[in-house]
This record gives sequence, C-alpha cells and structure tokens, in this order.
Amino acid sequence: MTEATAAATTTTTPPAPARRAPDGEPLLTVTGLSVRFLMPGGRDVAAVNDVSFDIAAGECLALVGESGCGKSVLASALLGLLPANARTRGSARLRPEGPDLLTASQATLSRTVRGRRLGLIPQSPSAHLTPVRTVRAQLEETVREVTGTPRAGLRAATQRAAERAAFPLDHLDRYPHQLSGGLAQRAATALALVGEAPLLIADEPTTGLDRDLVDRTVDELRRHVDDGHGLLVITHDLAAAERIADRVAVMYAGRIVELRSSAAFFGEPGPRHPYAAGLLDALPERAFVPIPGLPPELDALPAGCAFAPRCPAASDTCATLPAFDGGLACHHPREAAADD
Amino acid sequence: MTEPRSSVSESMPESESSMSEPEPQALEIEPPMLELDGITAGYDRRAPVVRGMSLTVADGEAVGLLGPSGCGKSTLARVAALLHRPYAGTVRLAGRPATGFRFRAAREQRTSVGMVFQQPRLAADPRMTLRQLIAAPAHATGRGEELRGRVDELATTVGLTPDLLTRRPHQVSDGQLQRACVARALLLTPRLLICDEMTAMLDASTTAALVAVVEEYRSTNGAALLAVGHDRVLLRRWCDRVEDFPSFAERAAG
Repeated sequence: MTEATAAATTTTTPPAPARRAPDGEPLLTVTGLSVRFLMPGGRDVAAVNDVSFDIAAGECLALVGESGCGKSVLASALLGLLPANARTRGSARLRPEGPDLLTASQATLSRTVRGRRLGLIPQSPSAHLTPVRTVRAQLEETVREVTGTPRAGLRAATQRAAERAAFPLDHLDRYPHQLSGGLAQRAATALALVGEAPLLIADEPTTGLDRDLVDRTVDELRRHVDDGHGLLVITHDLAAAERIADRVAVMYAGRIVELRSSAAFFGEPGPRHPYAAGLLDALPERAFVPIPGLPPELDALPAGCAFAPRCPAASDTCATLPAFDGGLACHHPREAAADD
Repeated sequence: MTEPRSSVSESMPESESSMSEPEPQALEIEPPMLELDGITAGYDRRAPVVRGMSLTVADGEAVGLLGPSGCGKSTLARVAALLHRPYAGTVRLAGRPATGFRFRAAREQRTSVGMVFQQPRLAADPRMTLRQLIAAPAHATGRGEELRGRVDELATTVGLTPDLLTRRPHQVSDGQLQRACVARALLLTPRLLICDEMTAMLDASTTAALVAVVEEYRSTNGAALLAVGHDRVLLRRWCDRVEDFPSFAERAAG
C-alpha cells in the first residue's frame, strides 16, 4: 500500500519506460560475474565463475547446460534474488544507463528495476501466480503499481496487457488453478510485459510442458524479441533453444565454455567445445550418445578445465584453465570443419 | 474379503467380446508381457480419465505411449504397474490376470514390473541414502543380503560413484537421483519396465545415458518396456513401436 502510493507520487506520469534501445545496442552487459555460496563447515560452492556476455535489443541469448551447472543461480543474481550466504564479484550493468544489478539496493531493484527494466518470466507459472486471486486482479495490481495508471483507465490497460501476451480476455476472471499450463504461462508473461521492460529473463520457461506447448510458448517469446525486447532464456531444452535463440551460451560447471551464433552452433560448422558437441550428440535426433561421467561437484572444482575428466581430447595442457577467447574456452577445440 | 476382485475379473468376458480389433501379437506363442484390456480408470468414478483403453506389449518389445500432458497416459502407466486399481478392465502380466492392485498385488506380479517416475524427488524417501534407496526393493522382499552385490553393480551401471551413494536426495542433482531411481527399478530384475516421463526433467546427456542403461538391461534380460512420454523424437528413437495416446484412445473407443 505504502509502496503503491510512494510509487504513484514519485512518478506522477507513467515512469517513462526506458525507451527501447535500437536493435543491436546492448541492454545488459555482464562482466566477470562470479557467485559463491558460503556453506556451513567452511565449504565454498562456486556456482558461477567469471561469466561475461551481453544482450542487445531484439536479440535472444539462450543459456544452456546440464542441471546444476549454475544457470538458475545466474538468473537469480541478475534479479537480485540471491540468498544471504551468496557472495558476488564482477558487474551486471543495464544499458545505456542504469545501476549495477549486483550492488544495487533492494529498494532500487524493486522500485526501478524489477518489472520496469527487467521482466522475469518464471519457471513454473502456476506457482508464480497467487492462487487465491484471479488473473485480472493480479494484472490490475501490476499495471497500477508499475505504470501508475489511474483507476479509471485500469480496466482497459489491464485488457491491453493481457492482449499483449495473447491471454484470452474471457479467462481474465479465472483463478490460476483453472488455467491450463499454456494459459498460466501467458498470464505470467503478461505480468512480465506490463512495465515495458526492455529486457526479459525467462528461467526454464518450458520445463514440464509437452512438445507442442513448448513450441507455442517459445514462438510467443520469440514474438516479443522481434518486437524489440532483449531476452535471456535459461533452458536445458536444446530443441527450444534452437527454435528461439540468436546466440547460444553453453555453461559447464559455472563457466560459459562456448558462445556462438545459433545458426553456427546447431547447423554448420557446429559447436567447437567438446562439451557442447557432446551435448548435441546426446540428442535423440542426433547420435543419442551420452557424455561419459558426471559433471563435477561445484564445491570441488578442478584447477584446470572442469570438463577435462570427461573429455575425449583432454591432455596435460588441460590442467591449466583455458581462457575464454573468441567465444570459446578450450585448449583443444574441434576443428571448424567438423569431421561428419 | 470385501475387495471387489470380481469387478476386475467380471468385466473380462465382456471387454474381450467387445474387442473386435485383431491382436497384433496373435502369432506370438508366448503370452504378451503386458495386456491392458478395456481399462477405465481415474480418480472420480463419474469422470474417469482413461476410458476403455487396451494396449499390448509383447515379451521383449519396447512400446512408446505418446500423448500431451493431462491425457491420462500416466494413469494408464500406473494401472499397468499395478499401482492404481482401474474401475473396469483387465491387466494381464505374462498372460496371468492381475488379482489385486497396490498393496493387494501379488508379490510375484508386482516385482515383475519395475517403474521409473517423472519426478525423482517425489519418488525418493528423503531420509534414505542413495544406496538405501536402490536397495529398498531388496529389503522389502527379504532379499537384502542376497542382492547386496547387485546394488553396487547397478550403481556403477547407472554411473553413480561410491561417494554419491552415501548422500541423501537433497545432496544430489535431479539427474543423479533419477539414476538411482533407475537402478532401484532394475534391482529385482523385472521382466517389464515402465518409464513414465523418465527423462522429462533431465538434460540431453543424462537422458541419453539413462536410455542407454535401460536398453543395455533389456538386451541382456530380454525385458519388455512401456515408455510413456510426450517427446515424439525421443520415443521414436527409443522404442520399437510408438502409439499416439489420443488416436489410440479413439480406436479403443470405436
């Protein structure tokens, strides 16, 4: 309530939703981001290690990797939602001007960043929505809080917000449990889009959905990218990543090991990091062969390349950490001309 | 006995006579490993989620059952694993009709089916270590000592290191826990494996690894497989035959 009035008074006009940057301009620049968790007993879990990337307007970056590789921790760090025992390094700056997401106060994040410059499309929409209120009530509240729309225009603004995410207007008075998975996803997307946030983060938006629904959800997200949003999609679903992304970042044991255009990654010449290649070869439409072994524990990472114990190309050089250079962190990358 | 065993056996003759579709395995001499005959099941008698469905899995055959979420395919899988009592219809395992479901299932029938669920977290007792988890079926059937070596063997097969076996579910990833669940399902050497969305939560590499484990087991033991899922590409690659749940329900109804 107080926050509502505060927001309404500080911004009498709708807070000029940071005008969309022209395509190609970075919206977010992440530099050397690391996240560590201090655990009881002095254990130190390195969940994200020295990650750098940027996302431009009208671009979708997919962050892919095995479960437990640090993808979701990265999303939490960007949203300022890390638990108290987390320590961060590096920076994550909103462009053209904006706070460092890692050091900004919770007040700054909640009043000016989340929902306004950075929208979250959650992993499990039915859990993200409040079960005891209708979609309309939740959308209206968000519209009022974020845009400061006066009561008179609220109903129309809410309907526009629903339409933007293709949420059917005759379902607005339903409760979340009365929605199918696909509609719940659209309701959550509608909430994320209310503030015209130029940058969207989708954390595993397709987990548990069946293939048709994955395709539809992904195509809808892509539409928002084509409208000029920047989008970071975090997923372990490579088929979904291929369908939506302009660029693909492969994460292994907290590090980005390869960052490449989607066309080059999934098509020709294919990935160059042995881990990325192994991940693709595991797909049932490709070789369907697993990568041997298990990913390392994040509290006991080797000093060198974390993938070396599972890597067919590993040598003594791999005991030193390969630098991330030219979109790749590997001492023995596969030849650009893939052998088959 | 108040258990309405008759409701299951009674419906047998009529559902058999109403089955006009020729049995695809009619030439098999061995009875099929799994026969679902006119199964109607669900959670509300007035609105069953599965109506009059039939499905046959021959001995050693791998059948994929494909359908969107909420279509009732998991319910059918639970009926096949004797974990859910249908309102009507017959389940036959290796030619013998199931006489009971859940805790009333005959041990010999129950242990001839291994099941892997979609969400390993919900299928694992959080108090057990992974080793105890894998060994649970052996203890439940009084074969703990006899199968001790088999537990270690299976843990290696599914790719779990000795260090991981001492951990509890909250200390491992979804993929590692699902590996343990697959080992548990294989411990009593089932002749039929039922995998209900086994890999829906997993990344591509873990998916390929677990499918390889199941196929390795099937090739040595000749076990049959019913794989339920919504990933057409995966099931086509994995199974001998893939049935579409809706079309197959229409066929069963028509």
